[in-house]
Amino acid sequence: MNSKSIDIEAQVGKILKVRQHPNQNEGLIFEKSAPGKRGMELPPLDVPAVDPAKALGSEFTREAIEGFPEVSEIEVIRHFTRLSTWNYAIDLGMYPLGSCTMKYNPRVNEFVARLDGLATEHPEQPAEVSQGCLRILFDLQKCLLSITGMDAATLQPVAGAQGELTGLLMIRAYMQSQGNPRKTVLIPDSAHGTNPASVVIAGYEVKNIKSNARGQIDTDNLREFCTEDVAALMLTNPSTLGVFEERIAEIAAILHERGALLYMDGANMNALAGVTRPGDFGVDVMHLNLHKTFSTPHGGGGPGAGPVLVKKILEPFLPVPVVQQKEDGKFALDFNRPQSVGRVRAYCGNFGVLLRALAYTLAYGPGMRQATEDAVLNSNYIRKKLEAVFDLPYTLPSMHEVVFSDARQKKHGVNTMDIAKRLIDYGFHPYTTAFPLIVPGAMMIEPTESESREECDLFIEAMRSIAAEAETNPELVKTAPHSTRVGRLDEVAAARKPILRWKP
Amino acid sequence: MRYLPKSPSERKEMLEAIGARSIEELFQSIPEKFRLRAPLALPGPLSEAEIIQYFQARAAENSRGYTSFLGAGVYSHLRSVVTDSLIQRSEFLTSYTPYQAEFAQGTLTAIFEFQTLMCQLTGQEVANASMYDGSTALTEAVLMAERLTGRHRVLVARSVHPEYRHVLQTYAKNLGIEIEEVGFTESGQLDRSALKPENLALAAAIVVQSPNFFGVIEELPALAEIAHAAGSLLVTSIAEAVSLGIVRPPTEADIVAMEGQSFGIPPSYGGPYVGVIATRDKYVRQMPGRLAGQTTDAEGRRGFVLTLATREQHIRREKATSNICTNEALYALAATIHLCLLGKEGLREQALQNLAKARFAQAELEKIPGVRRVFSGPSFNEFVLEFPRSVKMVNTELLREKIIGPFALGIHYPELTKRALVCVTETTPRAEIERLAGAIKRILERPV
Repeated sequence: MNSKSIDIEAQVGKILKVRQHPNQNEGLIFEKSAPGKRGMELPPLDVPAVDPAKALGSEFTREAIEGFPEVSEIEVIRHFTRLSTWNYAIDLGMYPLGSCTMKYNPRVNEFVARLDGLATEHPEQPAEVSQGCLRILFDLQKCLLSITGMDAATLQPVAGAQGELTGLLMIRAYMQSQGNPRKTVLIPDSAHGTNPASVVIAGYEVKNIKSNARGQIDTDNLREFCTEDVAALMLTNPSTLGVFEERIAEIAAILHERGALLYMDGANMNALAGVTRPGDFGVDVMHLNLHKTFSTPHGGGGPGAGPVLVKKILEPFLPVPVVQQKEDGKFALDFNRPQSVGRVRAYCGNFGVLLRALAYTLAYGPGMRQATEDAVLNSNYIRKKLEAVFDLPYTLPSMHEVVFSDARQKKHGVNTMDIAKRLIDYGFHPYTTAFPLIVPGAMMIEPTESESREECDLFIEAMRSIAAEAETNPELVKTAPHSTRVGRLDEVAAARKPILRWKP
Repeated sequence: MRYLPKSPSERKEMLEAIGARSIEELFQSIPEKFRLRAPLALPGPLSEAEIIQYFQARAAENSRGYTSFLGAGVYSHLRSVVTDSLIQRSEFLTSYTPYQAEFAQGTLTAIFEFQTLMCQLTGQEVANASMYDGSTALTEAVLMAERLTGRHRVLVARSVHPEYRHVLQTYAKNLGIEIEEVGFTESGQLDRSALKPENLALAAAIVVQSPNFFGVIEELPALAEIAHAAGSLLVTSIAEAVSLGIVRPPTEADIVAMEGQSFGIPPSYGGPYVGVIATRDKYVRQMPGRLAGQTTDAEGRRGFVLTLATREQHIRREKATSNICTNEALYALAATIHLCLLGKEGLREQALQNLAKARFAQAELEKIPGVRRVFSGPSFNEFVLEFPRSVKMVNTELLREKIIGPFALGIHYPELTKRALVCVTETTPRAEIERLAGAIKRILERPV
C-alpha cells in the first residue's frame, strides 16, 4: 500500500477551490526519489580513474549518501516550478512590506550579472585580468558617494546587518585612535532589531532611548543620555514610522559636541535618494541596503549587500581591501591599510549584487529623484485614502511609508495580523505587522515607486473592504487566508517539537 | 523612465487627491537647507541596450579566454542551465523572506529540503538556511561554540582559509575571544603536538578546515576525541563542498560551517555564495540563522514555517544569537536544485572526477624538474607544489600564455614562499592540464 497516495486522497476529500490543481499536492523531492535516476550527466572523464580508497585511504572516504535524491531533470523542473507557484512575488503585484522596499527588480540586471566574463570571474585572479570587475566596484562606489554625500566607501559587507557591524567597528577603531573606544551606543526604541544585535558584536552596550510623542528623537532626552561614554547614536532616517527626523541637524550637533558620531541606518534611503544627502545633514557613517533602495532581488531572503559610507575621518578604518584607481588609470585592490578594522567577509563582498545595483543606478542616472518622488507620492496617496478607516497613531508627514494601527478593528476582535492574512485573499502580500515596536498593532505600508495608481487603488479598495469585513464579519478576517494552499499554520507546534529535516 | 508606471497626469491627479500643490510639499519635513537643488551627479540615464553595452565592455576587460588553476575557497564546477532557469522564476527571485508562511510555501518547502540535504552531506542532525558564506559561517560557528562552552579561547588551525581567519579575527576582537593559531605538520594536517593540555582546557573549540586550505583532509575523528576529552568542541569548516561526494563527512564535529558555492553557484568575483551551519540537535537553540520547520494547518495539511525565531534579532534584539537578517536564500535554493539534479550518483561521480583530475595534474606537474609536492597528507582536488623559482614570476609568465596560475601561498604564509596551491576540477580539460605543465616546464628552463 502506498502511503503517499492515501495522503493525497485524504486531501482531495477536503479540497476547496484552487487546491484541486495538481500543483497543490506536490510532496518533497525526497518522496519522488527512486534508485538509478539522475537529472544531470557529466562529460566522460578524460584522465585515468582513481580508486578513492586507495588514493585517500579508506578511513577518509564515504559511500554514496543514504537518502540523497535520485530524480530526473523533468521531475526537478516540475517540482520546483510547482513549489514556486505557492509563493507571492513582486512580479505578481504590490508587496507593501514596510521597511523592506519591495520594488521592481529590473530584468536587465539579471542578464548582465550572468555575462561570461563577469559571473565567471575568480576573486583571487590577478588585477591585470580583473580590470572590468574592479571598475564596476569603483564606479558603484562613486555613484553611492554621490547619492549619499559621503567621502569614502566599502562594498564588502553583504547585508544591512553586516554593514551596521562594519560601521560600528569603524566607529570603535576611530574612538580607540582618539584614546578611548567608549562604552555605549544609543538606539531609539523604533529601531530595527539588527541595530542592537550589531552593537553587541561590536563590543558596545545598547542604551535604548525613547521616542517622543510625535515619534521623533527627543533632543532633550538625547542631551541627557549623550554622556562621555557614548560612542554613537544609530538612527534610522526616515524613522521606521516613515517620518523624517526634523531636528536632524540638532541631533548631529549634540553628538558631535560630545565627541560622539552619528550612524545612519540607510534602510529607508528610498525616501531620500536624489532629494537630500545624509552627508550634508551631519551623518558620519551609514550603510545602504542595495536589496532595498537599489532594486536587487530579495530572492526569498537574500542575497543582499550593505555597503558602508563614511566621512573622511573614518576612511583609514575601512575594511581591507579597498578598491582604488591608480595614477595610470588602472584599478587595484589596496591591502596596505594599517588602521583597517580588518575583513568582514572573504573576497570583495557580494559582487553579483553590487553589479546589479550599479545597473539600476545607471538606468536612472540623475533621474533617480523621480523614483523617490513616486515612492513618497504613493505612500501619501495610500495614507490619504485610508486614514478615515484605520487609526494613524503618529501624524507627522509620511515619506516613503505609512504606519497605521489596528486600534479601530481591535474593537471587533480583529488585529493587524488578521487583516494582513486577509489581504492575501485579495491578492496582495501583507504589509509589515507588529513593527515598529512603538506602535501596538502596527500596520506598516510601503508601496514603493513601482506601483501604478491602479495598483494603489486596488490595494486601497482591498484594505477598505477588509475594514468593513472586520465590522460585519470578523470571523472571516480572523480565519483568513481562505485562498492559499494551506491555512494558518501552527507555529507553536513547529517550535515546541521542531521537525527541521525530512527523514525516510 | 521605463521602471516607473505613472504618467504625468496620474502624478498630478494623485497629488490633488492628497491635497498637495506640488511634489515638493511632500518633502517639507526635510529642512530646507538640506534639500538638494541640483540633480545628482550620476552617469546615465542608460537604456537597457546601453546598460548591456557597459557591462559587456567590463566583461571584456576580465579573464575571458584564460584557463584558471585557482581554487583557494572558490571553485569552478559544472552548473546545469536548469538551476539558473529555475531560480529566475519570478516567484522565487522576487519574493521576500517567508515570514507570511501561507503565501511563501514554495520558499519554505525548498528551505526545508536544503536543510535536509545539508544534514545528509555533513552527517549532522540539523542545518540552518543560511549564512552569508564560508567565512562568516565559520565565524558564527566559533561564536556559537563560545556560547555553548562558556569558554573564550579558540584554537584555530593555520591551515584554515586565511581570509576566513581574518574575518574571525575582525569579529572576535571586541568580544573578548582569544584566538590561538595552531601550525601544521609535513602532512599538511594540524600539528596535534601543538595542542597543549593547558590550552585545551580553556578552549571553546578546536577549529579546522577539511579539506584544509592546502587541500589536505584532516583527521577529524582523532581531533574530535582530543577536543571532547578536554571539554571543548570541534568546529569544522568546509570550503570545497564537492569533496563530500567521496570524503568521509565530519560526523564527529560538533559544528560544521560550510561554503556552498561549489553547488551550482558561479564564482562571480567573490559572491553571492551561500554559507551554512550544521550541528547536533541539542545545540540548535544556540545556532544562528533561519530555520524552516514542518507543521500543519487547522485541517492537518503539511506545511512549513520559519521557526525557533526566539534565537533571532527581530525578536531578541541585543540578546539574539547573531545580527544576521538578510541571508543568501536564493543561493540556498540554487544549491538545492543543483544537488537534486546531480543526485546521489552524480555528486559521487563529480567528486571522483575531481580526485582523478587532480591526481593526473599532480603527476604531470611533478614530472617537471625541480617541482615537488609539499604535503604528504591525503588531498582532494587541490595540492601544494614547490617551485624552484618564485611563484609570482611563474604566474606572470603563465598569464602571457593565457593561463591563470596556481595560488601563491607566500602572501599568507611567509614560510611557504615558492609554494603554490593548484586546483583542478571536473571542468579542467586534460589538454589544459598538459598545457599548464608544458608552460611551467618551459618557464623554469629559461635562464634566470
